[in-house]
Amino acid sequence: MSAPLIRADALEKRYGTRAVLRDVSFGVEPGGVLVVTGPNGSGKTTLLRLLVGLAAPSRGSLEIAVDRRRIGFVGHESLVYRDLTALENLDLYGRLYRVGERRERIGMLLERFGLWEARRLRVSAYSRGMTQRLALCRALLHQPELVVLDEPHSALDTEGAALLDEELTTLAAAGDHTLVVATHEPGRLAALTTGRLALGVA
Amino acid sequence: MSAYLGDVAALARKDLRLELRARDTLPAMVLFVVATLVVFHFALPGGASDDAAYGLLWVALVFTALLGLGRSWVPEGESGALDGLVLATSDRSAIWLGKVLATLAFLGAAEIVALPAFALFFAPLDGPALAGVALASVGICAVGSLVSAMAAAARGREVLLPLLFLPLAIPLVVGGVGSSVSPEPATYLAFLGLYDAVFAILSWAAFEYVVTE
Repeated sequence: MSAPLIRADALEKRYGTRAVLRDVSFGVEPGGVLVVTGPNGSGKTTLLRLLVGLAAPSRGSLEIAVDRRRIGFVGHESLVYRDLTALENLDLYGRLYRVGERRERIGMLLERFGLWEARRLRVSAYSRGMTQRLALCRALLHQPELVVLDEPHSALDTEGAALLDEELTTLAAAGDHTLVVATHEPGRLAALTTGRLALGVA
Repeated sequence: MSAYLGDVAALARKDLRLELRARDTLPAMVLFVVATLVVFHFALPGGASDDAAYGLLWVALVFTALLGLGRSWVPEGESGALDGLVLATSDRSAIWLGKVLATLAFLGAAEIVALPAFALFFAPLDGPALAGVALASVGICAVGSLVSAMAAAARGREVLLPLLFLPLAIPLVVGGVGSSVSPEPATYLAFLGLYDAVFAILSWAAFEYVVTE
């Protein structure tokens, strides 16, 4: 059995006096798919922000055996610039992540997520679903070792959601990507899931 | 090192591109500084000395910079792009340095309009005064980009930015006015250079802690 890629022990996150996460422990093996479920306000988003390093735990330990730049993250916000085009956004992130054969990789992702025709449009002209597709392109651009997705199906139409399921299946099948997905639709990922974490309101 | 500078260049270029698209910072800065100089021109009594006019120039420049700094992190806040940059950059200080260069470009462009306008309304600026403007602009953008990032994360950012920035800008105004009116401007220019070096290093080192928990 290989060492866990993620190991969380008695994790706690407080904002002021309010505990958002309390006593959360779990581990994820390399290549595993962890599905995080829970009602609104149970701390799914907070947990994912802890995993990618955008927040620090108040108590407990969190060990992640991946360089932070080898993590791909889709959160509730798209993390892209609204006044840049899809191409310009991905080019900027491609440069920062030092993606090899950047143009080819960007073109492939835009084609895959159905944004090629809209590549020269500013993101401010995109629908919410198109912006979510672009956020997925950005998160997968640098072929991350750990992919952390916060309700990735939200805002996607049927076709977009199916594309995402297909992409996640491909990533999981490849075996060299570890996925952590917070979702209200765990059934969509049932075939891929290797672990499940159910959060309750702290 | 070249990769770091490549990140800085890409981030600064992104800010220039966003400004070319939106045009919501530079035109406001230029209009503000010219309008302020026009108001000062009519407000100053006829027999006022050039020294008073130089003081007013620095008031106009500092508040023009404040206007630009207040908008400098707005694009990063709109869709959480700052989180994206924090995750993507190998050295997070590149985000700060890119912002400093972009803000310096906007302030420099406003000064290209403001300084001839000042010469037209009041008095021409000599070499040391121009050097003072250049050095003070570097300091304003270095410190201002850090404190505006701190203010951008807060609820009362419109109040917080001037509260944080203006006290830190006082030495720059002292140095800038001194380089414009003193018979020995070299001392003031050296002071401005020292301020730039110290505060640029401090801001560069502190930025990581501003954008992470």
